[in-house]
Amino acid sequence: MASWGEASESRLIGKRIPRLSGKDKVTGKAKYTFDINRPGMLYGRILRSEVAHANVVDLDLSEAEAMPGVKAVLPLVEVGRKIRYQGQEIAAVAAETDDIARDAIRRIRVDLEELPSVVTEADAMAENAPQIREDWVGNQSAPNVREEGDINAGFEQAAVEVEATYHAPVQTHVCLETHGHVAEWEDDENLTVWASTQGVFGVRNDLAGRFNLPANQVRVITEHMGGGFGSKFGPGVEGRTAADLARTTGRPVKLMLTRKAEHLVAGNRPSMTQHVRAGATSDGRIIAYDMKGYGTGGISSGAGFQAPYVYHVPNVRAERRNVTVNVGNQRAMRAPGHPQGAFAMDSLMDELAEKLGMNPLEFRRINDPSEVRQAQYTLGAQEIGWHRRNSVPGSGTSVKKHGIGVGSGQWGGGGGDGTQARVTINADGTVEAVTGTQDIGTGIRTAIAIIVAEELGLNPTDITVKVGDSGPGLPSGGSGGSQTTASVAPVIKTAAAAAKQKLFQRVAPQLEAPVEDLRVGNRTIYVVSDRTKTIKWELATGQLGMESISEGGHWDRELRQGGVAGTQFAEVEIDTETGAISVIKIVAVQDCGLAINRLTTESQINGGVIMGLGQALLEERFMDAQTGRMLNANLEDYKVPGTFEIPEIKSIVFDTHRKVTGVGEPPCIPTPGAIANAVYNAIGVRIRSLPITPDKILTALAEKKA
Amino acid sequence: MEKFSYVNATSLEQVTTLLSDSRWGEVMLIAGGTDLLAELKEYIETPKTLINLKTLPGMEGIKADAAGLTIGALTTVADIAKHPTIRHHYTVLAEAAGSVATPQIRNVGTLGGNLCQRPRCWYYRDEATSCLKKGGDICFAVDGLSKYHAILGGDPVYIVHPSDLAPALIALGASVKIVGPEGEKTMSLEDFFTLPAANPFRENVLQPNEIVVEVQVPPAKPNTKSFYLKAREKGAPDFALASVAGVFEMNGTTCVSTSIVLGGVAPAPWRSKEAEAALTGKMINETVSRQAGSDAVKDAQPLNDNAYKVTLTQNLVSRAAMMAAS
Repeated sequence: MASWGEASESRLIGKRIPRLSGKDKVTGKAKYTFDINRPGMLYGRILRSEVAHANVVDLDLSEAEAMPGVKAVLPLVEVGRKIRYQGQEIAAVAAETDDIARDAIRRIRVDLEELPSVVTEADAMAENAPQIREDWVGNQSAPNVREEGDINAGFEQAAVEVEATYHAPVQTHVCLETHGHVAEWEDDENLTVWASTQGVFGVRNDLAGRFNLPANQVRVITEHMGGGFGSKFGPGVEGRTAADLARTTGRPVKLMLTRKAEHLVAGNRPSMTQHVRAGATSDGRIIAYDMKGYGTGGISSGAGFQAPYVYHVPNVRAERRNVTVNVGNQRAMRAPGHPQGAFAMDSLMDELAEKLGMNPLEFRRINDPSEVRQAQYTLGAQEIGWHRRNSVPGSGTSVKKHGIGVGSGQWGGGGGDGTQARVTINADGTVEAVTGTQDIGTGIRTAIAIIVAEELGLNPTDITVKVGDSGPGLPSGGSGGSQTTASVAPVIKTAAAAAKQKLFQRVAPQLEAPVEDLRVGNRTIYVVSDRTKTIKWELATGQLGMESISEGGHWDRELRQGGVAGTQFAEVEIDTETGAISVIKIVAVQDCGLAINRLTTESQINGGVIMGLGQALLEERFMDAQTGRMLNANLEDYKVPGTFEIPEIKSIVFDTHRKVTGVGEPPCIPTPGAIANAVYNAIGVRIRSLPITPDKILTALAEKKA
Repeated sequence: MEKFSYVNATSLEQVTTLLSDSRWGEVMLIAGGTDLLAELKEYIETPKTLINLKTLPGMEGIKADAAGLTIGALTTVADIAKHPTIRHHYTVLAEAAGSVATPQIRNVGTLGGNLCQRPRCWYYRDEATSCLKKGGDICFAVDGLSKYHAILGGDPVYIVHPSDLAPALIALGASVKIVGPEGEKTMSLEDFFTLPAANPFRENVLQPNEIVVEVQVPPAKPNTKSFYLKAREKGAPDFALASVAGVFEMNGTTCVSTSIVLGGVAPAPWRSKEAEAALTGKMINETVSRQAGSDAVKDAQPLNDNAYKVTLTQNLVSRAAMMAAS
């Protein structure tokens, strides 16, 4: 049975190994799509609607077309069709310089007949609201209802009840590199696209379909990319437009989204509002859970969230609706549906525990079916110093108050079939690993090098890893669902093992030993039963001559496993006079299976915590009902964590088995709940709406006082 | 941004001549550009000509002597923040300068630009929104989203003045030297700023053909403590939700004289004579400082989303007073 071996046998796997591309990234040598410049390249720009809802009455491109330096102007909406959200594409320009392109889109004349719009959930659900989707009544989907057990019987057994409304607003992804592409046609039938994408083959297949080309005549390259978080799986309108403009002009075209467009049209995490009534028995079991909730993911909506979450509840009624609004659509965002659900559930848990007079951690221990999290509670509580929490929330007379809270999460991961890879050993001793995955930023390039180096007795820096290119025709899936490492690692390992086997077969006769007796380590192949029989790596490979060894692998299910649990503890300090919230420390205990590279796994957890902290304390999309526009489509008023906000983060890689699982998404899930509970523990007032900002703290404290 | 011609300034006379025939927004001045460039890129301003002031001789630098401080309009925010005399004797100014934006912006942003910067209001900064400040009919903050808007002096435009340096300098009793076609004039910095009731389109009395060249600060009185307290949602960069510049002449715990200026809560830096009166001549304790805080906001008229600023401002004023007494 295939295995990654024991930890004691691993020379590299599970150790802390610096990211191979780290130096290139910090020195600026790494080339992102934004950095790609091709000979004769034009710059693309898209004119977008500033109106949320309108009929397109007329579109006149002539003035833009006539501008010197403008090479193409393409309509992206038809006269007679509707604009349904701010940011919707109207027309695109390709020009000799970015400045000309920017000027040119302003010369496009579009005549819009404005229609009544709704941009907030409250307005969409209001009586007599304009109907913006013909197939939904009251701008809401039919409810999705989940029932388990009998909630009425459950509430009869309840000793305490909590009824509360929890809310999380829409968040946007804020990829540091905005969405974008450079498209170049070699001839009418061969297209190369540099894409900032988390799915090289997804972009390839989409564009091949659009231009009716064999898939192998479209090459997509993503050497490095600046964040996707679920929003960059396909080329989108902007990628298809870049390719269209390049085809029309016969020249390469670069088209990157502006920061504003990135907020408006490149996806978002749907909002969540849930009204919950829940009950617990006197011995501390949650017994009934009744939830009515809704959320919006924009014009097409798709606003799911997890409710209830993680903890065992025997009697459940959960009703969710999607609300449609005249705003750009949601896209998958790091652990879709989980962080907002976890925030509400973990807040509810603490509220129930308080009514019972129980320690919230004890209450979780009773209700949490996960053995992994049970162990994590113990470890995390120790690390944060759980005993230091306010035994009476909000107690104390000092201006600055401390609190500690806990939150939980879970995720799947575990990878999937569909990756092809080749590991090649060349006569000069060099080794190359190639596959069509992409490094979304999590360090798969380094993980591949580690796996191959471990197998071949080399160092990670000895391995040339080629990813982020569909050219070699070795497909791999998109980097989503925390699946990349668990999808890729087994294939790489089996490919490296096969290549090693081939090399062993080559040198076995010389070493006068059967292949199964050969081992490799320290750049030397040796016979395990007689260590005097050796051959240096370069001498062995030198015999290959023109015949490199090149082997594929397969997705061996035994090497991976799905399902992770996580727990986080937060300590906060709140200035009760200014409402300022400082997170002092986060302890993140993250179950993750086998960490191929412990260092980048810790980085993943750090990144997840920071993203969760942003959702907890800062991030909110503000939609203005008067204008139908987003008021903070920038990074001034859409606030993301900076160095001042980032606390001490204790990331604990909690490895429970030696199979690869994946940990991209889960570390952002428990953070908002843990912080919200810490805030309550500090000030004794519960903030049930994210983000927890100074205005909410001050308002809540004032209400408590009154 | 729209195309414009770019002129390197050689003298103040040349600058005022270039300005003299223009209307607002036709000819504009650029120094650090940290505010103006964003306005140009977002088409909030579309000048025909930009005059680069960085080439003007003698408008940069800090002079500290018995007469107080003289700070050239081209002096960078960073230079003000790190100046030893300012740090020591005009602490409120050093603290305010140090709280501005980010190191990169402080390194290029200038004193003159900081005082003359335009509002950060999210309706004003949206090209597609024609608000009252830009010649439209309404201030959208009144019925809209007003978390970051004014609680004092707003009517009819509820922007807040974003400058950190202005409240600090006004609290220090600064005056500003302005050059125009008729020569130079000096006025108190407090009078330099105006409220929208007087002029909804501008935040100060500067005419289109005038330029701020210098700020003068009187000598620091002995036994003076001063502080700049700035509340914000994020460490940096972030504008103030509310700020308090307080200068306190103390005799033990008794406040001999004080000036208190609020930032982030009104369309102009907001001198709180009420808070000053509550403290002057008093021995500062918890009760007195609380009274000063509530007096500072007694005329506040919050909008839908910014009532928290009333509490916040009140608490910041009290805190500054208590710091003076400790």
